[in-house]
Order: sequence, then C-alpha cells, then structure tokens
Amino acid sequence: MQYKSQAVAKPYFIAAIGLFVGQILFGLIIGMQYVVGDFLFPEIPFNVARMVHTNLLIVWLLFGFMGAAYYLVPEESERELVSPGLAILMFWVFLIAGALTVLGYLLVPYSGLAEMTGNSVLPTMGREFLEQPTITKAGIVVVALAFLYNVGLTILKGRKTVVSLVLLIGLAGLAVLFLFSFYNPDNLAKDKFYWWWVVHLWVEGVWELILGSILAFVLIKTTGVDREVIEKWLYVIIAMTLITGIIGTGHHYYWIGTPDYWQWWGSIFSALEPIPFFMMTVFAFNMVNRRRRNHPNKAAVLWALGTAVMAFLGAGVWGFLHTLAPVNYYTHGSQITAAHGHMAFYGAYVMIVLTMISYAMPMLRGRSAANSEASQVLEMWSFWLMTVSMVFITLFLTGAGILQTYLQRYSSDPLPFMVVQEKISLFYWMREVAGLMFLIGLVVYVASFFVGSRQPEATAVVEGSAA
Amino acid sequence: MSQAFTKAMARNIFYGGSVFFMLLFLALTFDTHTAWPQRDNHENLTEQVAHGKRLWEENNCIGCHTLLGEGAYFAPELGNAFKRLGGADGIKGFIASRPKDGIPGRRSMPQFNFSEDDLNAIAAFLKYVSEMNTASWPPNIQG
Ligand code: HEC
Ligand code: HEM
Ligand code: HEM
Ligand SMILES: [Fe+2]
Repeated sequence: MQYKSQAVAKPYFIAAIGLFVGQILFGLIIGMQYVVGDFLFPEIPFNVARMVHTNLLIVWLLFGFMGAAYYLVPEESERELVSPGLAILMFWVFLIAGALTVLGYLLVPYSGLAEMTGNSVLPTMGREFLEQPTITKAGIVVVALAFLYNVGLTILKGRKTVVSLVLLIGLAGLAVLFLFSFYNPDNLAKDKFYWWWVVHLWVEGVWELILGSILAFVLIKTTGVDREVIEKWLYVIIAMTLITGIIGTGHHYYWIGTPDYWQWWGSIFSALEPIPFFMMTVFAFNMVNRRRRNHPNKAAVLWALGTAVMAFLGAGVWGFLHTLAPVNYYTHGSQITAAHGHMAFYGAYVMIVLTMISYAMPMLRGRSAANSEASQVLEMWSFWLMTVSMVFITLFLTGAGILQTYLQRYSSDPLPFMVVQEKISLFYWMREVAGLMFLIGLVVYVASFFVGSRQPEATAVVEGSAA
Repeated sequence: MSQAFTKAMARNIFYGGSVFFMLLFLALTFDTHTAWPQRDNHENLTEQVAHGKRLWEENNCIGCHTLLGEGAYFAPELGNAFKRLGGADGIKGFIASRPKDGIPGRRSMPQFNFSEDDLNAIAAFLKYVSEMNTASWPPNIQG
C-alpha cells in the first residue's frame, strides 16, 4: 500500500463480503420457495425475500465499487485522499441506512413501510430493484455526492490518468442516472421507459466504465504491461460500450407501449453490445500473455481473467440469445431473463469486485503483494466452485426458460403459467442444488481470509516462458 | 492494437461516439413522447387508475408478478390478467379470496385485506394496462 488513506477501502470490502453472504442466503430461500411454494409463508413472502436478495446485491456491489475507488484513486493520483474521515463517515451512514432498510423489509409489511416512510409525499417505491423507501434513496444520493466529492477532488488535485478519469465518469454517471429513480409518473408507459434509464443505462452503460477501469488498473499492476497500451484498449472498449449500449436501451422498449420502431433500433444496437465484452476478454488475455513479470498474487490474475470470460458469456452470449425482438417476443419476462440476469451480474460485477478485493486486500492487511500460498489455493478453489455453480444455475434456468417459453407461449395449445411451472420444477430443484454449491464456494472464499494468514507470502514463480 | 492507431484517436472516438449517440437517444426519446398519446391509453388514466397503481406499488406486487413482462417470474403475468380472468369481478374475487396462511405446498399470494374501493382501483389499473398498445404482446392469453 503506497498511501495511508487507501486503508479506508478495507471496511468497504469487508461490508461487501458480509452482505454478499446475506444475498446468497436469501437467494437460497427464494430458490426453495420456487419448488416448495409455502416455504416460510406467510412470515417471509417470496417478494420480500427477493427484494432482500436483489437489494443486497446492489448495495454490496456499490460498497465494492466505492472501496475499489478509494483504493485505486490515491495510487493513480499519486496523493492521499482528500478526506479519509468523510469516507469513513459515509461508510457508516451507508451501512446503517442499508441495514435499516433491509430490517424494514423483513419486519414490517411493505405497505406499512411505505406509510411509515411517507411514500405518498414522493412515491418512488414498489418498482423492481428500486423498492427502497424514498428517504433511503435520498440517503443514497447524499452518500454518492460525498463520495464523488472525495474521489473527484483527489483526482483533480493529483495526477490524472485515463484509468481514474474513466472510473470517475462511470461513478458520476451512476449517481446522475440514479436520479431517474425519483421520477415515477402515473402513466405506466412513461414509468417503465425511464425506469430503464436507471437499470439498463447502469449495467450496460456506466457500470461497464467502472468495470473496464478497475480491470485496467489490476492488469497494469499485475502484468507490468505499458500503461499506454492498456489505456488505449480501455478507451476503445468503453467507446464501444456507449456507442452500442445507449441506443441498445431500445431492447427494453419492444412491448411496453412504446413505438414499434424501437424493435429495429433496439435489436440492431443491442446485437452489437457483446462487442465491448468480447474485446474485454481479448484484452485481458492479451495483457496477461504479454506480461513483463509474474505477480505473486495468482488469485487476483485468475479473477481478472475470469471476470472477462464470464462477463462475455453472461452479458454478451446470454444477452444476445434473447435480445432480437422476434425472439424476445417469446422469451420476455421468462426464466431466460433470469438465467441471463444471474450470469451477467455475476460475471461482470460480482467478479470484478472480487478481483479488486483479491488484489488489494493482501496489502490492506499488511502484506507487501500477496497472500500466502495456502490462502491463495483456497481462494482459487472458491473461484472455481462459485463460477462453475453459476454456470450450472444459468444452464438450469435456461432449460426451464426454453420449456416455459414453448409450453406457455409457443405451442399450439398454450398452458397456464402455474401449470407450466409445475411441469418444469425439476429444473428449479437442480438450480437450488447448484445454489447450495455456490454457497459452499462462498464459505470457502470467506475461509481463505483466515487460512494461512501467519504463513509467509507467496513469491512469484519464475517460468521459462515469461521472462 | 497497431501503433498507427493512437490513444488520442481512441479517446476521440469515445467522446465523439458517446456524445453523438446520447443526442440520438434524446431525439428518439423526444419522438417517443410525441407518439405516446396514440398508444399509452392515457385517456383512461383516471384518478382511480392512479390510485390502483399506487396500491400496486405499495404492496410490491411486482416482487412476485411480471407486468408487461417486467418484474419477478414467480407468479402469472398480469398485463393481460384483466382479460384472462374475465374482467373486474374475476380480479377482485381472486385477490379477495387468498387464504391468510397460503395454500399448502403451492406458491402462495398474501391476503392483503383490501377495502372494496381498493379492489376496484386495482381492477381499474389492470384494465388500463390491458388496453395499452403493446405491439400484441403477450403472444397469447396465458401471458
Ligand atoms: C408473494 C407473492 C405474491 C405477491 C406479493 C402478489 N401475488 Fe398475485 N399471485 C401470486 C401467485 C403465486 C399467484 C398464482 C396463485 C395460484 O394460481 O394459486 C398469484 C395470482 C394472482 C392473480 C391471478 C392471476 C391469474 O392469471 O390467475 C392476480 C390477479 C394477482 N395475483 C394480483 C396480485 C396483485 C394485484 C398483487 C399486489 C397487490 C399481488 N398479486 C401480489 C403471488 C403473489
Ligand atoms: C453486465 C451486463 C449486464 C447485466 C448485469 C444484465 C442484467 C440484466 C438483468 C438483471 C435483466 C432483467 C431485468 C428485469 O428484471 O426486468 C436483464 C434483461 C435483459 N438483458 Fe441484460 N444485462 C447485461 C447485459 C446485456 C447485454 C449485453 C445484452 C444484449 C446483448 C442484454 C440483453 C438483455 C435483454 C434483451 C433483457 C430483457 C429480457 C426480457 O425481455 O425479459 N443484457 N439484463
Ligand atoms: C452472486 C450470485 C447471484 C447473483 C449475482 C444473483 C442475482 C440476481 C438478480 C439480478 C436477480 C433478478 C433477476 C431478474 O430480474 O432477472 C435475482 C433473482 C433471483 N435469484 Fe439470484 N443471484 C445470485 C445467486 C442466487 C442463488 C445462489 C440463488 C438460489 C439458489 C438465486 C435465486 C434467485 C431467485 C429465485 C430469483 C428470483 C427470480 C424471479 O424473479 O422469479 N440467486 N438474482
Ligand atoms: Fe438492457
């Protein structure tokens, strides 16, 4: 660790991992409710547990992004963070606001929560992913502003690199687009149209800038490849992201009361959205192959390559699968969507945060570059366990989705939703088993922080090929 | 990447491309606003429908159901439920009759204890949604 203030990243990473565990436990609960319909009913209805699952996901990814920024920005800017104190204060504000919101979901009926928090004053609740009470949303804006002030000023006052600039554009975009969550007109077509300005323009727009910049940073550090080369790649990747992804929003405007021409705009541009993800994969493997040194943190390099591959599979391949309007007509809002949502979120955003944690945590815990061999071996086991489990979750949901689409929407004698769900329950059972395997992987991941802490650091092995 | 293609060129493509497509997106958004009156069924967006939408949100129906294909995939699509259940009475009857403790072994919907006014508002909201022009989605009555 080169700058003292980078240390503020540590609590952010710890909170991220803690909430990740919570997210997966609730994932298993809703996975169970899919097959044992009355599981935990009426104490924890499906919608409540789902909300906890998805909101914890978003909150821990945001913790991860902020931690990544607090670690990366001082090093790129070659100066201390403007205000480490503010960063710690905002950590507690965000954690407490998040905990209170989740407790609110679990302890109070949702309509009661809406009433308690004065939703009628500025109604924003009750829309997917944006279920938080309006005051929680306002809190998120405050935290985001303080955070942007802190990293923004640090960047402005220090060395300006492409990596930190792209990160800042991504984070600022994240905050600005979130403001659309406060716009909730009675007109459902308009509500849905602008809802996607948060959801789509996040994951297929500004978050990809954050992803690209963190990936570039870790690759610069672990491969020693010339910064000029990496930064050129980064520019091209994010250029393709926004060139395809902005108009690509149209792939959500096929069937929600928007004009038919969106079927053309959305299909054509979103069909190009896999390009930046593909480039990211080529980029990561290229840089690792051209490495000037062997970094002792092999686990971090594995995560970096893994995120590039899995983001391409989940977002690029599984996204393309259902993005053309004639296909989406049948798959819209089916288990195909869930399959894609899982692998894309995992491959792109879960894995990039874990990449950064893997790279930075050893230094934050006083190592000079890497964890012990034993700890890394365990971490790499968790990588494979979680990643292979996610591949299976995706495959099982895809199987369920193909059958659902056929039986309920395509066959000449379409069956009711509930009948079809019954028929494909085997796939949901298998998803649940894969989910349990995922949990085991996560337990191994957490264990890797405690195993081998007292053993000496791993050192880079000199291979014949590299040199 | 080749040497002839410089970082400055890459940067210019990023800024130029992003700004261009942002402006194009705003233009399409503007056009969508002008096209909406023909398809969004706003003429039937009454006070009662707006109240129904609020109830829809404040009870998090979207956490189990899809509405026009967006939401959760645990329970039936409701964009065309008004038609599938044969009108307001079908909707109201279904919602009002949910057992408090669920149905053993079956995916269950909560009993929300809505008043008659609230039930009417939800039915009105689902009627309004079912009459939007959604380019004939869903493919059939099963949603
Ligand atoms: C905890 C999950 C859950 C929540 C929350 C929920 N529902 Fe349901 N809903 C279901 C399930 C499951 C079914 C199918 C029940 C069955 O067939 O036995 C259903 C069925 C329905 C149906 C009948 C659909 C059909 O085609 O048969 C309507 C109408 C409906 N829900 C309306 C609502 C409304 C309005 C809300 C919000 C006030 C709501 N639901 C909230 C789970 C939920
Ligand atoms: C990392 C990037 C991505 C993430 C995290 C992601 C995530 C998601 C999620 C969670 C949904 C479901 C939204 C909902 O609940 O309604 C979704 C929907 C969708 N995504 Fe992605 N996505 C990504 C990239 C892509 C790409 C690149 C494509 C196209 C090539 C794509 C195509 C789609 C389509 C067409 C839908 C709508 C599905 C439907 O009609 O139900 N996604 N995405
Ligand atoms: C890191 C791993 C995971 C990520 C990133 C993740 C992400 C998500 C996302 C984005 C959604 C919303 C999906 C959509 O709207 O399309 C979702 C829903 C869901 N997830 Fe996960 N999830 C993960 C792990 C799990 C696990 C392990 C399980 C269970 C075995 C699970 C079960 C579910 C279920 C049942 C839903 C609800 C689907 C529905 O709406 O009907 N998830 N998850
Ligand atoms: Fe999208």
